[in-house]
Amino acid sequence: MIGVEPVAAPDAPLARRNPVAKLAAALVFSFILVATLDPVAPAIALAIELALLPLFGVRYRVLARRALPLLAGGVGIVATLVLFAADRSGRVLLDVGPVLVTEGVLVTALGLVLRMFAVALPGVIVFATTDPTDLADALIQNAKAPARFAIGALAAFRLVPLLGQEWQTIALARRARGVDAGRNPVARLRLFGSTAFALLVGAIRRGTRLAVAMDARGFDAGTPRTVARRQHFGTADWLLLVGAAVLAGGALAVSIALGTFRPLLG
Amino acid sequence: MKHTDSNRWRTIDIVVAAVLGVAFGVIFWAWGLLWNGPAEVIPLPGRAVIYGVWLVPAVLGALVVRKPGAAFFTLTLAALVSVALGSAWGWTLVVQGPAEAAAAELVFAATGYRAFRMPVALLAGTLAGVAAALYDVFIWYPGTAWGSFRLPYILITAVSSLVVAGVGGWYLTRALAGTGVLDRFPAGRDRPAV
Amino acid sequence: MNAVRLRGFGWRHAGRRRWAVRGVDLDVAAGERVLLLGPSGAGKSTLLAALAGLLPLDSGEREGTVEIDGRDPRTARERVGVVFQDPQSQLVMARCGDDVAFGLENRGVPAEAIWPRVDAALRRVGFPYHRDRPTAALSGGEQQRLALAGALALRPRLLLLDEPTANLDPAGAHLVRQAVADALDDDTTLILVEHRVADALPLVNRVVVLEPGGGIRVDGPPEAVFDRYGDALDADGVWVPGRSTPPRHAPSPAGEVLLTADRLGLPPRLAATDCAVRAGEALAVLGPNGAGKSTLALLLGGLLRPGTGRVCATPALAGPDARTPPHRWRAPALTRRIGSVFQDPEHQFVTGTVLDELALGPRRTGQPEPAVRATVDSLLGRLRLIDLAGANPYTLSGGEARRLSVATALATAPRLLVCDEPTFGQDRRTWRELVDLFADLRDDGHGVVTVTHDADFVSALADRTVTLARP
Repeated sequence: MIGVEPVAAPDAPLARRNPVAKLAAALVFSFILVATLDPVAPAIALAIELALLPLFGVRYRVLARRALPLLAGGVGIVATLVLFAADRSGRVLLDVGPVLVTEGVLVTALGLVLRMFAVALPGVIVFATTDPTDLADALIQNAKAPARFAIGALAAFRLVPLLGQEWQTIALARRARGVDAGRNPVARLRLFGSTAFALLVGAIRRGTRLAVAMDARGFDAGTPRTVARRQHFGTADWLLLVGAAVLAGGALAVSIALGTFRPLLG
Repeated sequence: MKHTDSNRWRTIDIVVAAVLGVAFGVIFWAWGLLWNGPAEVIPLPGRAVIYGVWLVPAVLGALVVRKPGAAFFTLTLAALVSVALGSAWGWTLVVQGPAEAAAAELVFAATGYRAFRMPVALLAGTLAGVAAALYDVFIWYPGTAWGSFRLPYILITAVSSLVVAGVGGWYLTRALAGTGVLDRFPAGRDRPAV
Repeated sequence: MNAVRLRGFGWRHAGRRRWAVRGVDLDVAAGERVLLLGPSGAGKSTLLAALAGLLPLDSGEREGTVEIDGRDPRTARERVGVVFQDPQSQLVMARCGDDVAFGLENRGVPAEAIWPRVDAALRRVGFPYHRDRPTAALSGGEQQRLALAGALALRPRLLLLDEPTANLDPAGAHLVRQAVADALDDDTTLILVEHRVADALPLVNRVVVLEPGGGIRVDGPPEAVFDRYGDALDADGVWVPGRSTPPRHAPSPAGEVLLTADRLGLPPRLAATDCAVRAGEALAVLGPNGAGKSTLALLLGGLLRPGTGRVCATPALAGPDARTPPHRWRAPALTRRIGSVFQDPEHQFVTGTVLDELALGPRRTGQPEPAVRATVDSLLGRLRLIDLAGANPYTLSGGEARRLSVATALATAPRLLVCDEPTFGQDRRTWRELVDLFADLRDDGHGVVTVTHDADFVSALADRTVTLARP
């Protein structure tokens, strides 16, 4: 089953920061790292992320579980490079048909995989420590996001676990109708499409009713909305943002100083 | 096909676009369960051939809601939900999703949000696919060769997006209209009264 | 001034040829409590939506006039509160207090006034939890009470309730009705749509019955209306109080065992359960929400792998396949033996027309085309679906969709039928048809298992009951 609730200790010092600050800090941190292809900067960044984790109230076990899907992406990167690397310099380690693995290829792959994890973990941390309602509130109040869209998205987001259950019910209902796919991949695709279609029909029906219910409570009244829950964006939030930029910049600086820096473009 | 009188989003436009985005977040999650990740691992041609699946929400959102920003809003939300549920590509989807979505949005904007015919859908799907592939090639696959990897990758992704997101999105909208759930949208009014 | 005044009111939804409601003249005085009745399709919900100002002009065509306190409903919205049928699609926020606050925020109530009003509204409906509780952790009845609090927090002068208890089990429905009764004050006007009239009567002092073709058929105090028009209303599918259906129990003792459940469970949804399902017997599975009734239906239907214990089919049901448990049968083999009818018919629709929907099962089980056609024709007639053969299944009304979902399960002629809440939200007419259909099947030697909260259905049909407790 799918869960979307935050899993962190809510009173950890950095978990309590404004959601927009956390989001912005994580984006800044990640995208400074995207700029390099070397293994050193992402390795430093990963060390920083893991060291800061307790301040976000996230346990290492939880992080590992949430980061698990990233392994598939990492394997994809390595496979792609092994098959299609442009730069095949360095000692040849393996040469089987199209597979030509050299030292240069391995270093590039290592850099990219480390970078992928270093870039992804801040996102995992933000989503693990942020309540969706707080995020929507902060986006409206501190980032000037349009309120109708943020609230609409939040209301729809509440349906995620429900739609997840519905998916499973619809899948069982197909079997009850005598439709199954066995091992035939084409039949599996068709079954997937038919399940997705039924899910969409139900979701749109629900969305339509939800919109009517929201209007019944004055969502489209046009009077200026007030806010019941205040989100503050204070000095500590600015510090988090600046800190993220400084730390990621520092990781890059170390890599440049060591001469390992390889810019993304160029 | 006529467009609605106003470009202002009604509540139902916002919520149904959002629900479509969220439903696709769930569909992507189920897709991951079904294939157990291999589709994400296979670099070429597997992943690029089915790439268009990720771009369906942009075309569907725009064809259903027919308002400025519909493609952008729907796909961005779908990307956010898949990140929240856990995705192999991590959270750079938070940037990649909107980038793809903006490419699709551009096509609908170029028609002044007046044309929602099949060719427009095809173009929107394709452009979104090209944007996605460019992002991948530069951000995720630097150091790969243009001839053997980058160009074929972009091309296959574009074709996949044209077929799956463009044609698929268009027919999906029509099929949804047939169920009556789009009766409060222009897309649902194109069918004869019942 | 009247709280509500309608003159020649009509509404046609965009894309529809037929008027949903038409020619309605109605006055409701402030403080009146009105029960709005009518057969399915008479336009009750459309009328409520019009009163709530929720029919935008771009979604259809209007004739006549509607006034709330002398104003157009679209500008009188802040005077009207609405509670709809489905709790899942009217709660907006993830936490209870936030949800009640949602309407107050929309109306621009100053922030410092919001939380006292939220707490007051929650108290008024007898809400037992703190406002931080997640809305997802509530039962259906609690969610509906929360929705009521959300409406009451806005201090409406007119409260509209559109079948607020139709999706609830009897205990939850009782809680919601109690909350409505306690929360209403003397100058709040109430208009209630409710199928189950007997339950609604304590809340109202006037009954208005809509005529499906247009206009109002009857209007008056409940006793007078039901005395004079009870029979006609009953024939139209309205649940008139004090009327029972002659029970249809099995004429002969139950036959051979078809399926047995042996310490069958699926923690944490269902505790270990024993039962046997027989041919020629209608078995009803009862129990409170959360006891795992639907899970048991899925397990008996061969759709889920048991967590503990097992499901065994007898050779009478499965022939040589009786050695393997039903959840491991291929789907076509399963549908020839056990038919499952889900609570929401739409979950089971696979094709684009009613005709294809009925033909799907027989085709999947490899029947020749003439046999498929014969099966489809006979089911179309038997379940009154002939006029709808070309329609998209998703466009059917609630009663039609239910009949279709039962028909699709019967199309592969399974010996055993497992149904989850088949009578949920149905009008009296569909209800009676379902009782007769299941009774006929049972008398033909089929086994019929129904999971249900519906006490009337149990007393009309069931030969035996199994009651589950919460695990």
